[in-house]
Amino acid sequence: MFVTSAFAQESAPAADTSHAATEGDTHSGTGVPAEAHGVFPPFDPATFPSQLLWLAISFGLFYLFLKRVVMPRVGGIIDVRNDRISRDLDQAARLKAEADAAVAAYEQELAEAKKNANSIGQQAADAAKADAEAARRKVETALDEKLGEAEARISSIKANAMKEVSGIAEDTTSAIVEALFGGKASKAEIAAAVKSVAG
Amino acid sequence: MAADKVDPIHQFHITKLIPINIGGYDLSFTNSALFMVTTVVVAAAFLFLTTSSRSLVPGRLQSVSEMAYEFVGNMLRDAAGTQGMKFFPLVFSLFMFVLVANLLGLFPYFFTITSHIIVTFGLAVLVIATVIIYGFMKHGLGFLKLFVPHGVPVYLMPLVVLIEVISFVSRPVSLSVRLFANMLAGHITLKVFSGFVVSLSALGALGIAGSILPLAMAVALTALELLVAFLQAYVFAVLTCMYLNDALHPGH
Repeated sequence: MFVTSAFAQESAPAADTSHAATEGDTHSGTGVPAEAHGVFPPFDPATFPSQLLWLAISFGLFYLFLKRVVMPRVGGIIDVRNDRISRDLDQAARLKAEADAAVAAYEQELAEAKKNANSIGQQAADAAKADAEAARRKVETALDEKLGEAEARISSIKANAMKEVSGIAEDTTSAIVEALFGGKASKAEIAAAVKSVAG
Repeated sequence: MAADKVDPIHQFHITKLIPINIGGYDLSFTNSALFMVTTVVVAAAFLFLTTSSRSLVPGRLQSVSEMAYEFVGNMLRDAAGTQGMKFFPLVFSLFMFVLVANLLGLFPYFFTITSHIIVTFGLAVLVIATVIIYGFMKHGLGFLKLFVPHGVPVYLMPLVVLIEVISFVSRPVSLSVRLFANMLAGHITLKVFSGFVVSLSALGALGIAGSILPLAMAVALTALELLVAFLQAYVFAVLTCMYLNDALHPGH
């Protein structure tokens, strides 16, 4: 934007000589650069060839450098990144599918396990019930046997007792008869009499 | 010397650094040429060095290079389609060159090469020459359909063709003058306001107090010029893309 005074000093002699040839030396000796009062600098045709030449050289080299070196490199970086991103996305999608499948398999197994657990529990309950039933039946039969034995013993004891009762009655009767009547009754008569009473 | 300091035209002077004269033509290496080379070196070095690590996850500077690349790439693809991508190096070079030249011009004491009509005109002619040469190579005389829009009544055709031709011919002019005039006017304005600061400060305490206003203006204008530097590079690149689209698809 600003041009240093050093530049201005430097330019003064050169400008004076170049313009002296074209438009006459009207400003030499004033100490002011000739261009300052000459053609507006951007429209000064004297500078056109040099500017065009150096523009062509510098821009041409710039174009070649960008085309050959910079753009393949930047394009390569961006392509590699895009490839990498899409590959990572693919991998993520694949891993997600695998995880989903694993979850589904787990849930299926869980459901099967629940079903199995129910049936195992049912079987165990049935088995336990059957065992209990068998044990109960065994105890009952044992008790029935013991009851039968006890009844048999009671009935035999009762029979014996009854047998002895008639003997005691005969003895008692003969004693009563002797005490009352003083005579002795025959055993057969007493037995018949007791039998008829016990009848 | 005070007159020199506030002369807003002074910044556009071309000074010869290495005088070269070939066949009567003055081809000297001037301050303008120096800043063309500087622009190219800065732009190329930035793009080259920031991408040298080729990081998968880019750093800030690599992001800037990639953004510029993709920005121009998308611009060209939108305007000229996938076929237009063969001009990507040209458009990208133009965009980066103009952008860096504009931005460098904002530094104090730096020469703004895009403030010279011949430079912007040279770039515009490059674009139009590319359009014309490629258009005729690709479509032959069919490229002339560019000047004959569809669906125009026959009696209007001569007038429409004339308008189309004039519009085509004025393209390099408008393309170059737009960039040149923006940079020129911006830098003159900036220099004028900065000159006020210098002149007023020389008037003593009251002058220094009064120079605050133009100083603030100069700061604001610098921000505006930064925007203009980007905007004009963008506009130049967009128009280039649209003109290249004409070369690819001449029928309207």
